Amino acid sequence: MFATYCRTLKTNVNFVSILQRLESTLVIAEHNNEAVSPITQNALTAAKKIGGDITVLVAGTKCGPVSEKISKAKDVARVLVAESDAFKGFTPESLAPLIIATQKQHNFSHIVAGASAFGKALLPRVAASLDISPASDIIGITSADTFVRTIYAGNAIQTLKIKDAIKIISIRGTSFEPAALEGGSAKIEQAPAGDYKSTLIEFVSQELAKSDRPELTSAKAIVSGGRGLKSADNFKLLYDLADKLNAAVGASRAAVDAGYVANDLQIGQTGKIVAPNLYIAVGISGAIQHLAGMKDSKTIVAINKDPDAPIFQVADYGLVQDLFKAVPELTGKL
Amino acid sequence: MARVLVGIKRVIDYAVKIRVKSDKSGVVVDGVKHSMNPFDEIAIEEAVRMKEKKLAKEVIAVSCGPTASQETIRTALAMGADKGIHVEISGNEAEFLQPIHVSKILAKLAQDEKVDLIIVGKQAIDDDCNQTAQMTGGVLGWPTATFCSKIEHGQNELTVTREIDGGLEVVKVKTPAVLSADLRLNEPRYATLPNIMKAKKKPVKKISPKDLGIDITPRIQIISVEDPPVRQAGSILPDVDTLISKLKEGGHL
Repeated sequence: MFATYCRTLKTNVNFVSILQRLESTLVIAEHNNEAVSPITQNALTAAKKIGGDITVLVAGTKCGPVSEKISKAKDVARVLVAESDAFKGFTPESLAPLIIATQKQHNFSHIVAGASAFGKALLPRVAASLDISPASDIIGITSADTFVRTIYAGNAIQTLKIKDAIKIISIRGTSFEPAALEGGSAKIEQAPAGDYKSTLIEFVSQELAKSDRPELTSAKAIVSGGRGLKSADNFKLLYDLADKLNAAVGASRAAVDAGYVANDLQIGQTGKIVAPNLYIAVGISGAIQHLAGMKDSKTIVAINKDPDAPIFQVADYGLVQDLFKAVPELTGKL
Repeated sequence: MARVLVGIKRVIDYAVKIRVKSDKSGVVVDGVKHSMNPFDEIAIEEAVRMKEKKLAKEVIAVSCGPTASQETIRTALAMGADKGIHVEISGNEAEFLQPIHVSKILAKLAQDEKVDLIIVGKQAIDDDCNQTAQMTGGVLGWPTATFCSKIEHGQNELTVTREIDGGLEVVKVKTPAVLSADLRLNEPRYATLPNIMKAKKKPVKKISPKDLGIDITPRIQIISVEDPPVRQAGSILPDVDTLISKLKEGGHL
């Protein structure tokens, strides 16, 4: 009896591993030539959920430290490296041909990247060149061809099946745990060589906001401000509170449009999607488009003087108070 | 001077609270207020400003969808587009139309109409795909500047400021090119009544994907559309001290 059970189990295990062997995923690493972007670690977890071999492609003007780091991730079979000046600025026009050459050589069943500005700009171009219909910002993986994503600003959950042979997906970082970059020892190999330099586009410059605070999309706590802050200067109230909580600072579209903060702090349907343990919304009414970016936060606190503000419908804890009184008091007592 | 093609989409109005159909096949669209995708309004506005600055000769607004898409095209014409192209797709087929199909349609029209620039919104607020510009660029082999917040015109090239995760980035693209408009690119104008009246006289060409030789068979099958999980109702707290104790209880402090 036990033997039969074992045999069945073994057969099943074999069957599963045969299935998994058919899957092979290429993860496009996002990095800045020095460090791996955290969303790459989330993408690795998504790749593991798909099953099968995982290959990571590291392309850039400098790939040494990043490929070393990724090669230590558990369950990564190999890291392909493409180091060239052609990839300056990580333009899709230079990266897409590299990915297509890599795909032709290795025949992956899946191509995955994080749904960041980088992934969103790149993957659809790759998909079009391969005549594939991609799926954006996946929040769940049901099977190798069936995925879950949100539509209508997070107000509906769509389950879809990709019929194309190659599945090209970008994944929402906050929906997959980050994979640790340790416990593995992947082979590091050269990606297919070629002339990938594009004459169509030229990277000129970047202006990145400098901040000592945690990065918005991976922060454990976020303090976010809206129109209610009334001025850029008043945002200091939020920075003080954020410093006490070791939190990142975010904003609603209204606060960005009014010029209180830079647009890379915008949280929402068309800004960043976050899901921290603690989200404190200050002077934010809670429009559909804002909720789309934060309603998966574990605990939501709203501070707003308008008791009818829609934000209170999603908040775990609400404080109906003038933020100019409540926020300094909260900061002072922490 | 450039010829500009702008892709516009008719979507459920951004302020509407959508409802999921009880059979989980999609969301309720009948009898629901629709309007032009907000990012596409920004795309049209940018094209019309190009025309006003004599950088563009003609602005063509294209929409793929059922008969009602013509209203969206009329809105674009009232904002200042010169002519419209309605790629007619029946309501049922339109529900399963994907960026891959739209990008092939836009690419074909761009070649037929000999345009130098395609501008679309960065994403449609219904499917939230954020794919069409990138895919159109891929189909045509044109450079694509996504998430544009500023566009400066040079000789056969554009200097574009893009919104990226950590801040802003500047790239130069050679024309012909594809651009996708981000929120910060401009403030779209309202169509005035006289312009709405004038728009009625502007030409709108109607064609089918078949005329363009494009297969719109769905490549993705929608298995279900459901309501998102509902959050447990929270509580209104009396003061900051209670909030602090609740945050401590939850392990946040």
